[in-house]
Amino acid sequence: MLYREAGDFKTSYASDNQTFPIRFDRYAYWVVMAVAFLVLPMVMNDYWANSIVVPFMIYVIAALGLNILIGYTGLLSLGTAAFMAVGAYATFKLTTAFPAMPIYLVFLLSGLVTSAVGVLFGLPSLKIKGFYLAVATLAAQFFLIWLFTRYGWFFNYSSTGQISMPERSMFGVTITGATASSTAVYFTCLIFTVAMAWLARNLTRGQMGRTWMAIRDMDIAAEIIGVNPLIAKLSSFAVSSFFVGVAGALMFGVYLGAVEAGEAFGINKSFLVLFMVIIGGLGSILGSFLGAAFLVVLPVLLKILLVDNLGWPADLARHLEIMIIGALIIVVLIAEPHGMAALWRTIKDKLRLWPFPH
Amino acid sequence: MKMTTFAALLAATTGLAAPAVAQDLHFPMLNYRTGPFAPGGIPFADGYQDYLTLINQRDGGIGGLPIRMSECETAYNTERGVECYESIRGDNPLILQPLSTGITYQLIPRVTADGVPLHTMGYGRTSAMEGETFPWVFNYPANYWDGASVAINYLLSQNGDSLDGKKIVLLYHNSAYGREPIPTLESLAASNGFELVLIPVDSPGQEQSSQWLQIRRERPDYVIMWGWGVMNAVAIQEAANIRFPMDHFIGIWWSGSENDVVPVGAGADGYTALTFHGVGRDYPLYDDIQTYVVDRGMAAGNGDQIGSAVYSRGLYAAMLAVEAARTAQELAGHAQINAAEMRAGMEALSITEERLAELGLPNFSAPFDVNCQNHGGGGAAMMQQWDADTQTWSLITDWIQSDRTLIGELATADAAAYATENNITPGCL
Repeated sequence: MLYREAGDFKTSYASDNQTFPIRFDRYAYWVVMAVAFLVLPMVMNDYWANSIVVPFMIYVIAALGLNILIGYTGLLSLGTAAFMAVGAYATFKLTTAFPAMPIYLVFLLSGLVTSAVGVLFGLPSLKIKGFYLAVATLAAQFFLIWLFTRYGWFFNYSSTGQISMPERSMFGVTITGATASSTAVYFTCLIFTVAMAWLARNLTRGQMGRTWMAIRDMDIAAEIIGVNPLIAKLSSFAVSSFFVGVAGALMFGVYLGAVEAGEAFGINKSFLVLFMVIIGGLGSILGSFLGAAFLVVLPVLLKILLVDNLGWPADLARHLEIMIIGALIIVVLIAEPHGMAALWRTIKDKLRLWPFPH
Repeated sequence: MKMTTFAALLAATTGLAAPAVAQDLHFPMLNYRTGPFAPGGIPFADGYQDYLTLINQRDGGIGGLPIRMSECETAYNTERGVECYESIRGDNPLILQPLSTGITYQLIPRVTADGVPLHTMGYGRTSAMEGETFPWVFNYPANYWDGASVAINYLLSQNGDSLDGKKIVLLYHNSAYGREPIPTLESLAASNGFELVLIPVDSPGQEQSSQWLQIRRERPDYVIMWGWGVMNAVAIQEAANIRFPMDHFIGIWWSGSENDVVPVGAGADGYTALTFHGVGRDYPLYDDIQTYVVDRGMAAGNGDQIGSAVYSRGLYAAMLAVEAARTAQELAGHAQINAAEMRAGMEALSITEERLAELGLPNFSAPFDVNCQNHGGGGAAMMQQWDADTQTWSLITDWIQSDRTLIGELATADAAAYATENNITPGCL
C-alpha cells in the first residue's frame, strides 16, 4: 500500500540511478528535510536541541566516516576517537591562531588536517589487514592522545591541558561558546550532517565507492581488474578521517566547548562509534543514522523515562540503562546480524509486496 | 531567541519541563554513584543529601521554605555532566556542585552565560578564586594550589624550614584535575630549592607498576599524590609493596578517604593526607543526623558512609550552600531567592567559629570570609593520618596556612589570561 510502485516508471539512466528509486522514499526524504529545517527548530526546547539532537548529529557524522572505512572498504579501525581529537585540536589551534577565520571554514580545514593524519596512519593498511590493522590503528589511538596531553603546543600551554573553545560568530550569529543560541548550534550541526551524508552517499555510489567496495570484497581480484589498492585504501582513509575530523571539531566547537584529549576522546569513544556502525549496519548510510540514534538518543530517552517520569533513583536508572542497552544490542544482533539497516531493508521489501506477498 | 518562547509554550502545554514558580529552593545534585569513580562519588553524594534532608526535617527548610533536591547521574563523564546541566538549568537551580574538575571546566562558561552559581569546593579551576573575572564561580574554602602550598609548608615544618636539595615526586592523575597543582609546585620548587619530579598516571589508574618502578629509581624524599577513585588505593598498595615510608607519602584531600586505605590493610598505616575540615563523627551535628535522618529511614544511599572522610566533605559542601542561602535570604529580605540573589549570598558568606559551634560543627572548618575579589576563602588545611589498627583518620596538625601571596600572583596571571581570551572585563557584579 505505502510502497506502491505502479506507475513509477524510470525513463532515463539518471532516474534509474537516483538515491531513492521508490517514490514513497523520495517523499519521505523531503518531509524529513522539511521537518528538520522548518518544524523542529520551532517546536524543540533547548534541552532537546543541546543534549539529544546535537550529539546525535555529531555522532552520525563520525559513524558515516567510520562506515566508509569499515563498511565500504573493509578496513578495521579502532582509532576513531583519536582522529576526532585531531579534528578538535586542529579547530582549537586554527581558531586561536587565526581568530578572524570563518568558523565553518575552520571546521572544514580541521577535517582536512585529520584527513592528512588519517592517511599517515592508514599507510600500514597497504601491508596488513583485518585484526592486525585494527592493532595498528589502536596505536594511533594511544599515540595521538599521548601527544595531545604531553606537548603544550597543542593546548597553547594552558596549565591544565584543557582546550576551550573561544566565542566565534558568522554573519553576526554566535556559533560557538556559551552564549550561542541552541538554534544556531542546531542549524550548524544540521547543515554539516546533511552535507556530509549527501557527500557520503554520492561518493559511495560513484567510481570511488565502487573501488572501495571492490577492495572490501576481494583485494587481489580488485587489483587484477585494475583497481589501484594504494589509491583506494588511502583515499578511503582520507575521506573517512575527514568525516571523523569534522565530527570531532563539531563536538569540541559547538557541543562540549571544552575538552581534554584523554577524557573526551578515549578508547571508549572509539568503541562507541564502532558499535554504532556495527549495530546500524555496515556499508549503509541509513545504518549510520540508526546506529547513532540507538546508542546516543536511546540512553537519554531511557533516562528521561525512568528518572524524570517514573521518579526512580538516578543511579538505579543508570545501572538499568546499561543493562537494557546491552540486552537490546544482543537482541538486535541476533534478530539481524547485519544491523538495523538490514532489518529495515527486509521490512521495506515486505512492504513493497504487501498485501500480495506472492 | 524565538525558540525559548516556543519551548515555554510547549512546556506549558505538555507540562513536561519547567514547573510553575513553586515555593521551594531547588538544590540540584550532580552525583556519580556509578562508574570507576563511584567510591568517591557515593560518600560525597550521601553527605550532601543527608545534610539537606536534615535541614528539611529539623528546621523545615531554609527560612521556612523547603529544599527541593533533584538528582542527576553524571558517572564523572563530561558529556553526561553537560546533559545533566541542560536538563536542570531551566528549573531555577540555586547552586551547582559537580564534584568533577572536568565537568567544572565545561560549566564555567555556561553558568556565566546563564547566571547560575557554581561552587567547586576544593576542586575545579583554581584561578576562579579571582571573583572579578569569575563572578559566578566559587571555590572556597581551599583550592588545589592551597593544597600544594600547604603540603610544602608542612614538609618545611618537618625539615627545619628547609627543603634544599630534597627530591619530591608529584604522582598525579593525568587529567585537568591532576595537572592543576603543577604550576604552583614548580614555582615552590624554584623558591625552596627542592627538585620536583612529575609522574603522570593515566585514568583510571589501575596499573601503576611502571610509575612506582620510576619512583624506586628516583629515590625521592617525599611523594605527593593527586589521585581520585581507584588510583588512590592502587598507589598506596604499590607504595606499601616497595616499603615506601608511609608518613613520607602525602595525598591531596581527594586521596584521603577510607576507601583508599582500607584495602591496603596494615601496610597503609601512617599514610597522611590533607583535609580542609574535621574528621570522624565526634561532632554534635551527627547526633541530629542520627535522630532526624537515619532514624526516620531517610538516609541517602545505603546509609553506610556516615562519618567517613568524603561523607564529611559532602556534608560540609551542603552546609556551606545552606549558609549561603541563609545569607542570601537576609540580604534579599525575602525567602524565595533566585540564582542571582544566591550568588550575592555566596559572595557575602562569612563562616565564623561561633556559627560553626551553633551548627553543631565546632572547629570543623577554619573560619573564612568570601568577598567580591576573593572567591577562594582562607586556604588553610590540616594533615590527617591513617591508623590501620583503629581504622580511623586522626588530625596530626593544626590549621596550616597556604602561601596566599604566591597563589594570588599565579591566580591573577591565569585569570587575566582567561579574561583576555574570552573578552571579559573584570569587575564586581
